[in-house]
Amino acid sequence: MITEKELAASRERCRRQRIRILEISQKLSALHVAPAFSCLELVDACYFQLMRRQGAAPDTFILSKGHGAMAQYVALESLGILSSGDVDTICQKNGRLGGHPDYGLPGIEMSSGSLGHGLPIALGKARADLERKEDRVIFLVMSDGEFMEGSVWEALLVAPSLRILNLVVLVDHNRSISRGEIEVNHPNFMPLAPKIRSFGWEVEEANGHDVGEIVRKVSARSRKKPFALVGHTVKGKGVSYMENKPIWAYRSPNPQEYQQALRELGEGGGP
Amino acid sequence: MRDAFARALHKASQQDDRIFFIVADISPAASLDGFRRDFPTRVVDVGVSEQAMIGMAAGLAMRGYRPFTYTIANFTIYRPFEQVRVDLCYQNLPVVLVGVGGGMSYSALGGTHHTVEDLAVMSALPNMNVLVPCDPQEVEEAVLACGRLSGPVYLRLGKAGEPVLASPSAEPFRLGKLRLLQKGTRRAILGVGPILELGMEAARRHEAAGGEPVAVYSAHTFKPFDLEGLCEVLRNFQQVITLEEHGPFGGLAERVLAEAGRTQTRCRVEPFYLQDQFIHAYGTQGDLRESHGITVEALTRRLQERPS
Repeated sequence: MITEKELAASRERCRRQRIRILEISQKLSALHVAPAFSCLELVDACYFQLMRRQGAAPDTFILSKGHGAMAQYVALESLGILSSGDVDTICQKNGRLGGHPDYGLPGIEMSSGSLGHGLPIALGKARADLERKEDRVIFLVMSDGEFMEGSVWEALLVAPSLRILNLVVLVDHNRSISRGEIEVNHPNFMPLAPKIRSFGWEVEEANGHDVGEIVRKVSARSRKKPFALVGHTVKGKGVSYMENKPIWAYRSPNPQEYQQALRELGEGGGP
Repeated sequence: MRDAFARALHKASQQDDRIFFIVADISPAASLDGFRRDFPTRVVDVGVSEQAMIGMAAGLAMRGYRPFTYTIANFTIYRPFEQVRVDLCYQNLPVVLVGVGGGMSYSALGGTHHTVEDLAVMSALPNMNVLVPCDPQEVEEAVLACGRLSGPVYLRLGKAGEPVLASPSAEPFRLGKLRLLQKGTRRAILGVGPILELGMEAARRHEAAGGEPVAVYSAHTFKPFDLEGLCEVLRNFQQVITLEEHGPFGGLAERVLAEAGRTQTRCRVEPFYLQDQFIHAYGTQGDLRESHGITVEALTRRLQERPS
């Protein structure tokens, strides 16, 4: 179980990572900032608490919502798997990291960016691990918008039949897609958790920005069914003017907005 | 071809424990029993879920397996096209997409079950290899060859009951090379897939009517295409008839005509392909080919016309 000290470290890490992402955003006219902020704690909980990263069969992390790439990049940077030079040159001519994770780069286990591809691929990896009797868990972070893709429901349907128990799905349920709030345009989408549960999955819900709650609920899973945690999150979490504003799905703050964001994240300094 | 595939997969799996078989509610029927008996845990049926099938295959391949996915050709490549493009080709994973009933094998089932743009669509994808065996023997060779490829493969099969086409003088199967099925002198038929049966019969009739022997080639490796071998054919023959159960765009004819143009060959290239039209007619596969002008008689007539 997670300790108070670990929780405090996680909070500080996520604060610093938000600042790092904002810093990168100043080098680019457009960056998926808000979608990274909404899943930052879910990603942090995986890498720094839930995953076994050493040993013969280390756990696997996949970011299916590729537009949250910054959240994964800064976590990999914190772990020393990606260099600061790599992260500094994101989306630039001679950089090797792009706007979405690309398979084969350090720490990147799948090319994402097109929605709804992660869950079927995770099933394939999970099935391979079962076949080889490798004791390994696959952690997959998805966006709620991905649940509008048919491929996700195909995979949700088949996973319990294949007895895939070595998979943990974490849903970044920020209730927002490109054109705005999901419940406004697609009211039937809600509620999400019971729909997943009805497909034979064990589902828990949590505050997706509370690492303690995320870790507690994922750790308490029964391991008798495939498991999904629906994390209730805020798009743009941590910066007041970004929170739940669709425009920030794909935009970099201007210099004034950048300074305000830094202040809100406790990084003083004025323009 | 279906049975030849199942036999070959079973054989290959005895030597290679990385082979995994994923089907989407369609399987080579009873002929799969041997595989199921010997490798029960290496078969998965995902149900009618082609996107899940391709994605899972990608995940298995990332873990070192060599998955073969299997369903009717149109469902294999068209329904989950983006999974094929991104999961398999973009990530360059060794997954074999087996499309059974390619072309118009399911002639009575209507256009939803035809796959006559597949060579164009699959060839357009970087990293993708495209194999189109013409008979059960080539199916067996192609399945074994898939194990030597490091990227994705689209393997277009016919259905069942296709005859063996190679003559005693046929060359052995070599991945990536045109294969001579029977020798000839001034005229050649170059085709892909089981429709070469018509080419072999037209060549036989031509010779029976007093003509010189006609060479017949199988372009079983459609991508990467054997351009060197093609140039040799264009140099060595006065007339080359291309033959395919595929539409006019991005198929064999375009490939051969482009190369003929590039090399300014004097060889006369005469394509036989399907028209750019969906088929709403029914009957046998031969009936449907005939409705688009592809018959043994038409091929034989073309062979009899004197090269200008």
